[in-house]
Amino acid sequence: MGYHWNWGIFLAQVPSGGTSYLGWMLSGLMTTLALSLSAWIIALVIGSAMGVLRTVPNRWLSGIGALYVELFRNIPLLVQLFIWYFVLPELLPERLGNAYKEINPLLQQFTAAMICLGLFTGARVCEQVRSGIDSLPRGQRLAGLALGLSGPQTYRYVLLPMAFRIIVPPLTSEFLNIFKNSAVASTIGLLELAAQGRQLVDYTAQPYESFIAVTLTFMLLNALIMSLMHRLEARVRVPGQGGHHG
Amino acid sequence: MISIRNVSKHYGSFQVLSDCSTEVEKGEVIVVCGPSGSGKSTLIKCVNGLEPFQQGEIVVNGISVGDPKTKLAKLRAHVGMVFQNFELFPHMSVSDNLAIAQIKVLGRSREEAIGRGLKLLDRVGLSAQAEKYPGQLSGGQQQRVAIARALAMDPICMLFDEPTSALDPEMVKEVLDVMVDLAQEGMTMMVVSHEMGFARRVAHRVIFMDQGRIVEDAPKEEFFGQPRSERAQQFLSKILQH
Ligand SMILES: Nc1ncnc2c1ncn2[C@@H]1O[C@H](COP(=O)(O)OP(=O)(O)OP(=O)(O)O)[C@@H](O)[C@H]1O
Ligand SMILES: [Mg+2]
Repeated sequence: MGYHWNWGIFLAQVPSGGTSYLGWMLSGLMTTLALSLSAWIIALVIGSAMGVLRTVPNRWLSGIGALYVELFRNIPLLVQLFIWYFVLPELLPERLGNAYKEINPLLQQFTAAMICLGLFTGARVCEQVRSGIDSLPRGQRLAGLALGLSGPQTYRYVLLPMAFRIIVPPLTSEFLNIFKNSAVASTIGLLELAAQGRQLVDYTAQPYESFIAVTLTFMLLNALIMSLMHRLEARVRVPGQGGHHG
Repeated sequence: MISIRNVSKHYGSFQVLSDCSTEVEKGEVIVVCGPSGSGKSTLIKCVNGLEPFQQGEIVVNGISVGDPKTKLAKLRAHVGMVFQNFELFPHMSVSDNLAIAQIKVLGRSREEAIGRGLKLLDRVGLSAQAEKYPGQLSGGQQQRVAIARALAMDPICMLFDEPTSALDPEMVKEVLDVMVDLAQEGMTMMVVSHEMGFARRVAHRVIFMDQGRIVEDAPKEEFFGQPRSERAQQFLSKILQH
């Protein structure tokens, strides 16, 4: 065998010059972070709004929520990405489509991936939010309304604060998933962490160093997010409601 | 104060309420009883519009509940309701439970709302628990907080849906005591309950429901003396046994 380990490879200059392989990896990490976080914000906002819609008494409104989930949860992520990146610009009105194709290709890839991941994950967040609200006793909504709170106020002050507390654990795994799923963006050419790792493999004879570095970085990200979410969970824990602190 | 006229309600083909009519005068205390599934909860939830109904009319303090133009939230703000399972908001301290609707619905300042809440907590004997959370209180305490929360809105009448039936027996009395006080101060109350001791003490009238109908609607003395319907007699003898 005789694999020649060379961890110093990260400090070597890339063939095109100007940066080291470590620079590539870091820029990949930045892209992964920016993509995942911005998509997560979209997912949270849209997912929460749609999740609420799914639980309102009005049939039309809850239908909109259901349609959204069906659409975005059942089409494979990769297919969705291709639709956003390749198909949708062609469907735009000509002027708008051309303007879109004018912009920096990097930005095109990033936007398409961000919207795609955001809406895909949003459908999953939506289902979590819905199940969180549904898991509350029915009387909670009635109690809010009986005090004279409006429907939206009842959601804002009574239902959502409890629903979100309940769903912190499943939301954590969705948050972790979005980092893993962000790797699909490499299929449309976006150089996120996994793509940079593969690039390093292509350019050097050091695949193991590259894979190990990428894997460790993802694991580190995971650990970081888990600990953040655990802290959040402890912070919002309601006194007297189960949990470890009574 | 509350008039219920020929109210009917159905879920699909299932009739929950059939042609129910009754009046609750200002200051009157009405106890509603009847077997499980007879429509008691549904009837009092119709009074503040938490349940819609298809026929008839309910007028509360001159406002028609079924009228689509009625601002239900505004009406509900002044009709207190107490639930079987308390339904305090678990993520808020007791004090915030009492303040939230005063602030968001009545537009009171936070200081005013907290102050008013504390007074009512004192009244139900719980001023020491203001900073606790509902999960840290016993059932009886939670229900007394729920009553205080409804009172904080300065209600014109109070609706109770089996307020003591989820409580351990030793806690029933502390809640009933608060309700008796309220009744004696002249609060208009509609109480779904099988606590016949409470009914005997403070009710003016007792309503007996069966299969969605008001079968009996009689002054207390008459009801406990000799209910006219056989169903009510059977029911009474069953619940008075224990
Ligand atoms: N959403 C609903 N859909 C269909 N049927 C319903 C619904 N809600 C209530 N019911 C039915 O309406 C009937 C009356 O219910 P309600 O809760 O008013 O009875 P209740 O007298 O309060 O009974 P309990 O003493 O058990 O509380 C019951 O038979 C119940 O099954
Ligand atoms: Mg009931």
